[in-house]
Parts: sequence; C-alpha cells; structure tokens
Amino acid sequence: MSFLIFSGLTVREAQRRRILIVALIMGLAFLLLFAVGFHYVYLQMEKDGVTGGQQGEIITSFMLTAGLYAANLLIMVIAVLVSVTTISGEIDSHTIDALITKPVRRWEVVLGKWLAFAVLLAIYTLFLAGGLMFIVYLRAGYSLDNVPAGIALMVLQALIILSITIAGGTRLSTLANGVLAFTLYAIAFLGGWVEQIGALFRNEAAVDIGILTSLIMPSEILWKKAQSIFQPQLTSNPYTAGPFAISSQPSDLMIIYGAIYMIFFLVFAMWSFTTRDL
Amino acid sequence: MQPVIETRNLRKEFGRKVAVADLTIAVQAGEIFGFLGPNGAGKTTSVKMLLSLTAPTEGTATLLGRPLGDRLARARVGYLPEHFRFHEWLTAAEFLDLHGRLYGMSKAQRDEAVPHLLALVGLTVRADTKLGAFSKGMLQRIGLAQALLNDPELVFLDEPTSGLDPLGRRLVRDIIKELRQRGTAVFLNSHLLSEVEQTCDRVAFIRDGAILRTSTLEAFEEESFPVVLRVGQPTPELLAGLAIFAAHVSLEQANGRITLHLDDEAQLPRLAAWVIEQGHTLYELTPMRLSLEERFLKIVGEDASEG
Repeated sequence: MSFLIFSGLTVREAQRRRILIVALIMGLAFLLLFAVGFHYVYLQMEKDGVTGGQQGEIITSFMLTAGLYAANLLIMVIAVLVSVTTISGEIDSHTIDALITKPVRRWEVVLGKWLAFAVLLAIYTLFLAGGLMFIVYLRAGYSLDNVPAGIALMVLQALIILSITIAGGTRLSTLANGVLAFTLYAIAFLGGWVEQIGALFRNEAAVDIGILTSLIMPSEILWKKAQSIFQPQLTSNPYTAGPFAISSQPSDLMIIYGAIYMIFFLVFAMWSFTTRDL
Repeated sequence: MQPVIETRNLRKEFGRKVAVADLTIAVQAGEIFGFLGPNGAGKTTSVKMLLSLTAPTEGTATLLGRPLGDRLARARVGYLPEHFRFHEWLTAAEFLDLHGRLYGMSKAQRDEAVPHLLALVGLTVRADTKLGAFSKGMLQRIGLAQALLNDPELVFLDEPTSGLDPLGRRLVRDIIKELRQRGTAVFLNSHLLSEVEQTCDRVAFIRDGAILRTSTLEAFEEESFPVVLRVGQPTPELLAGLAIFAAHVSLEQANGRITLHLDDEAQLPRLAAWVIEQGHTLYELTPMRLSLEERFLKIVGEDASEG
C-alpha cells in the first residue's frame, strides 16, 4: 500500500506549493463573476418578462452551458499543469532517486500520484460545475438533467488528460510533455467541432474525421456527451443551443472507450516508469 | 561469509556508449569499500545498477545475497545519491519521517529514529525548517541521515563530502567510522582521495568503465618501499651498484636525488652502510610512502584526469 504514501505526499505538495489555495480562491472568483453576470442578465429577462417561456429557458441554459464550457476548459488546463512536472520534474531534479531506492515498487509512485491528482480534479470539477449549477438554480430555479452522470463524464475527461500527461512524463521532458497534452486536447477539440458542423450539413467525411479524432483523444466527445445528457432537448437543436448544439450524438460506447483509454494510459505510465533507466 | 555486494561482468551501454564495461567486485560485510575513478569513469552508473535505478545490459549481481531489484534487500540498504535534491517543501523532520515510511518503519520506530538521526547529523535545531531553506551542506547531512534511517547493513554514499566544508567532511568521516563499528558495510564513491585514505579498508580503481585494480590499503603499503637518496657526487658506478638493492634506480639531474624502490624497510640500514662504504657522503636517505592520490594517478593515469 506504499502508493498511498505517494498520494499523501502529492496532496501535501499541492497544499505546500499553494496550488490548492490558489485554485480555491480563483475558483470562487470564477463562480462570483458568473453569479454577478447571470444575476444581471436574469434581472433584465425579468424586466422584459421572458423568464417563463422557452426563450427564457434558452437564454438561461445558454449562459449555464457557457459557464460549464469555461469551467471544463479550466479543469483540463489545470489537469495538465499540475501533473506535467510530477514525474519528469522529479526525474530531472533527481528527487526521485532517494524515493525509489527504498523498498517500494516504481509503479506505486505513478499510481499514488495519479490517484491524488484524480481525487483533487474530481473535487475541483464538482466544485466548479456544481457551483455554476447551484447559482443558476438559486437565481432562476433552472436545473439540468442527469447532473451526477454529466459531472462524472466531465471528471472522466479530466482523468483522461491526467493519464496522458502522467504517461508522457515518464519518458518526455516537462515541456515536450506539455506540448503533447495540449496538442492532443486541441486536436480533439477541433475534431469535435468539425464533426458537429459536418453533421449539421450532413457531410459524412467531416463526421468521420470527428469520430477518428475522438478515438485518438476522447476528451471533447465526453464533454459533448455530458452536455447532451445535461440538456437532451435543447442541445440537439442548433437553433436553441447555438454554438453548443450537438447535431452528431456521441455514442454511449464512447464512455466505455474513454474509460478504457484512461486505464490504458495509466497502466502504460506505470509500466513505462518501471522499465526506464534513471 | 556471503559478500554484501557481488557482481559478475556487469555491463551498461547507453546506445553505443559503454558506461560500464565490466564490473566484477565483491564487497564483504562490514567492509568500507572505496570506489575510485576520474569523472565519467562509470562510478555513478555502477551504483545506479546496484540500486536498480538503471538496468544492466549484461552481467549478474547480488545485493545482500539477493538478486538486484529485490525489495527485501533494498529494505536493508541506505543510499545517499550524488545529486541529493529532496522535496524542498518538506521540513527536515517530515522528510525523514516520509523516508522512514517508505522503508516500512512503524510510527514508533520513526518517532525514535528521526530525532536520533537529526542529532547525529547536527540538525536537531533545524527539525522544523523546510529543506528549501537548507544550504548545500545541510542538505547533504539530511541526505546522509535519510540513508541511515533503517539501520542498514549496507550504505551507498555517492560523493558524500563533495559539497561539505571541513567540519561537514569530518562529520561524514566520523559517521563512517561509527558505521564500521556497527558492522555496516559502506560503498563509498569518491574522488576525494584523502577522505578515502582515512576511511576505507579496500579500494577499487575504475577507469573507462572497467576495474583496473582492487586492493586493500595495507597491501599497498606492503608492496614496495620507495626511498630517496642524496649523496655528494653521484657517479655512474654508484648508480650501477645500487641495482643490487632495487631494480629501478633513477637519478633526478636537477637536484641530484636518486629514487629507488626497496622491497622492504629492513634494507634501509644496509643501504646506508653500503653508500658510505663506497666512499660517498650521505646527505639524505628518506623513506617515501605513496599517498593514495599518487597511487591513483599511477594506476588510473594522469592523462585520464578529464572524463
């Protein structure tokens, strides 16, 4: 159970390096900004008398989706930033040498760190996404469907990028690893949009490109899946959901694929770190 | 008795570069073993193979009688890395506690060992100081304490005194002496030869990844006995006559000093008597002992000082 020592150490590092406190304060600032903005938009909607009907729901949903979208992006970036140096940095600085010459298995270092970041990212996702939903519910009485399942998909998405970054860190330098993770994310992001726009115009080639990029990196597809189960009716219609519309419905199989993908990279990271020379 | 380290033809290649060509050594229990060589000779790579940080390309080895990488063996080994960088956001006491947990020590064992080791390396007052505020010498001390947490049977010290001031070096020497008394074997990687000379029982010289020679320090003392001789007028006859005492006789023209290697100290009075019998005036007859540094340069070669 030595991996739990490394989990504890990773959480303590995040705390000592003030990652936790800064993330908390900035997360609160993010939620506050959203609350203030939403309050004034909704105030205007009340004045204009459009809160009750479909138009009110569309605007409320649009604002919440925009907030979740920004939160999602933030979680992805944080997932890369906190984990990008965790293995490669300790290899470069040789802090790892005194740790893994102890009677521990090398994969326990990887698993322990992964687990710590996974828990922190899950809590952070819950905090940001849950905070946004709570604000909208308090002010407008509007709530999304399938909240636990949707948030779980957002967390899975963060864990995928975490696994890739940790796997990259066992072999690549910190900077190269950051380039890898962000580029993969950008490819998935772009592919997702190509797929959606392609579906809108019924172009199969464009849809296929999107599916292919989702297989290479299933992050964006899981976000889209989360979005579509949060708001099944609104998001399927490009005229009500605007840029957040989902014309090409992500398959449920993609959730299983995403989970396998995450486990594959975690196991690869454990193997890769175990077999490399230090 | 089984050696604590035994390697057979251990070899490590990084791509086409051979870092260690052929490492065959045996270190006995309780022995202080010096591993000497110029920079880039393969010292650190050898230690890394023994500690399973790096996998050997060929060859076999055992540590405390168990195959390399065995966790039970590692539980009885201590290691101070050459690049001692530790988590700077931990305090000294937290750092030792963490490493104690990694050794699988219970809370009670750690609570006893941590203050003891902080005192041993003179850092008791710094127990709650973060390592980020430590000087290089203090980091090396805490690193040394970390290597002794589990009361090991074998300790690897990779350049343990390179960052230390004279007081720190003395501390390391004293700790090594204490380890010797406790029967702990020490594998000391160093190029500070005076340190090695004062602490080690046996040394191995390595260059270009291969062991050139392994010997006890006592054996070095016994093997030859250099003497410097200065007489009034060294004649060719005198130099020829000295050959009865030693095979190699050399005259330094500038100062008239003659160097020769006797087989043992007992020849000294006879040599003095013989020189006077030949009608020479004897100004100086000085027995010389080669320092380890001189031996190092002789064995490893002065041209290999750059690695």
